[in-house]
Amino acid sequence: MTDVLDVALRLLVVFVVFLTFPLLVGQTEHKVMAHMQGRLGPMYAGGFHGWAQLIADGVKFAQKEDVVPAGADRRIFQLAPAVALLPYLLVLLAIPIGPGEGAVGQVLDAGVFFVLAVMGVGVLGSLMAGWASANKFSLLGGLRTAAQLLAYELPMLLTAASVAMAAGTVSLVGILDAFEWWWLPWQITGALVFFIAGLAELQRPPFDMPVADSEIIFGAYTEYTGLRFALFLLAEYAGIVVLCGLTTVLFLGGWHGPWGADGLGWVWTLLKTAVLAFVVIWLRVSYPRLREDQLQKFAWTLLVPLALAQIALTGVVKVVFL
Amino acid sequence: MSTAATAGALAAGTAHRAAESPGFLSPTGVEITFLLVGLVTLGAAVVTVTTRQLVHAALWLVVALGGLAVEYLLLTAEFIAWVQVLIYVGSVVVLLLFGLMLTRAPIGRSPDADSGNRWVAFTVAVAAAAALVWVVVDAFRTTWIDLDGAPSGTTEVTGAGLFQHWVLPFEALSVLLLAALVGAIVLSRKANGDSAPGAKDAAGSGPAAGATRARRDQEGAR
Repeated sequence: MTDVLDVALRLLVVFVVFLTFPLLVGQTEHKVMAHMQGRLGPMYAGGFHGWAQLIADGVKFAQKEDVVPAGADRRIFQLAPAVALLPYLLVLLAIPIGPGEGAVGQVLDAGVFFVLAVMGVGVLGSLMAGWASANKFSLLGGLRTAAQLLAYELPMLLTAASVAMAAGTVSLVGILDAFEWWWLPWQITGALVFFIAGLAELQRPPFDMPVADSEIIFGAYTEYTGLRFALFLLAEYAGIVVLCGLTTVLFLGGWHGPWGADGLGWVWTLLKTAVLAFVVIWLRVSYPRLREDQLQKFAWTLLVPLALAQIALTGVVKVVFL
Repeated sequence: MSTAATAGALAAGTAHRAAESPGFLSPTGVEITFLLVGLVTLGAAVVTVTTRQLVHAALWLVVALGGLAVEYLLLTAEFIAWVQVLIYVGSVVVLLLFGLMLTRAPIGRSPDADSGNRWVAFTVAVAAAAALVWVVVDAFRTTWIDLDGAPSGTTEVTGAGLFQHWVLPFEALSVLLLAALVGAIVLSRKANGDSAPGAKDAAGSGPAAGATRARRDQEGAR
């Protein structure tokens, strides 16, 4: 009985995190972007500095009509938002937030592979949406999404493999247990490559040409309205939370911190994740969008060689010094 | 009443014996799940090759490959399961969809999505399936995985097995993949070299451009 209760409680906590953290990131984006551009951002909804703006947005989306274009492939069109969103919920289950087995949704033996595999599945949702909309802009968006995923999945995997080599395990909990502070300079190239490739996989600026509004309207999501459109947006922000959490766990030492009591590990995880999420927002405000060919070139001629160099460095240090 | 009681006692007896030595007639929950997921996988695979809608075929392939990953999980091979998802669902199917969308991916049925070779293909598929089933059944006849004991499919066990006992086949496969990679590059470069001068390119686009113009003329006339 306690087992069932334990599992139910863990699932509930992960679900609540899944529903609230993306909204927090979204609200932060509203405010941070506004202040960086010399505006105030939302100020009215909820009273205090527009804190309830995204809740109001959610209510608005839920009230809108859910339109399916006449020429669309109805079932796949309707299924796509779920395929895009659910993988991130599953990934959140595997990210450890503190030390010990109590602070992770589910301890997985091959955690690194699980999170990368499931994150890759989420892109299928964009592809399905792009194809099923029966719209040329959507199809172009879907194509760009696929090309981008194929280019950036490889450096992400290679850098994650570098960390796994350093720790001698592919379990996320095991990697954190093996972490030492000097991994930070040792794996810094890998960390940058992983974070940049993750941004590209989430289609965040400056890698957002699959949804480039000035070229192809809103890419694969052009035809979506109402709640299904909101689900795609939620998937993007859940993706930010997952990417920042993963970068924290793999490269920044997760719950390890320079000082603090033993019970405060989760604070370190959340703090690092929040700082990374801020960087994601910052990049959106400060960098122009890359062109499609620049994006491919950047991945294949810079990120992949850097990731391979990181693996070589990891191997050399591991064999010679450890 | 008494017969029912006897039947119940008998059933309890068999269940008890089954716990000692597993048998086919008293399946556990895991075995039933394995069978059901297998049926779903088989069904999805059959739909993949029979559907007339190209993109639907690719998406049913996702279901079939995902079902296989679940089967690996049920066989305690966690690492293999996630690699299956990563490589097949995450990369191969995305590549397939990419290719479909680049060439032609109409919504609805494609009347020409059929092949005259269907009976040959069917024969080859049945022969391959028969050979595989025969080999697997013959190799693992009465092997049972002990779910309560130490996990036998973890990353560590898989890695040790792959790089100690099976390292030669592994290396041979790597060389095969490398050969395929080099072959693909050679093929694509050759195609580029032929059309590089530009004369052929212009010749190739000539008739197409002409056809477009003719069609526009027709539509204008209408």
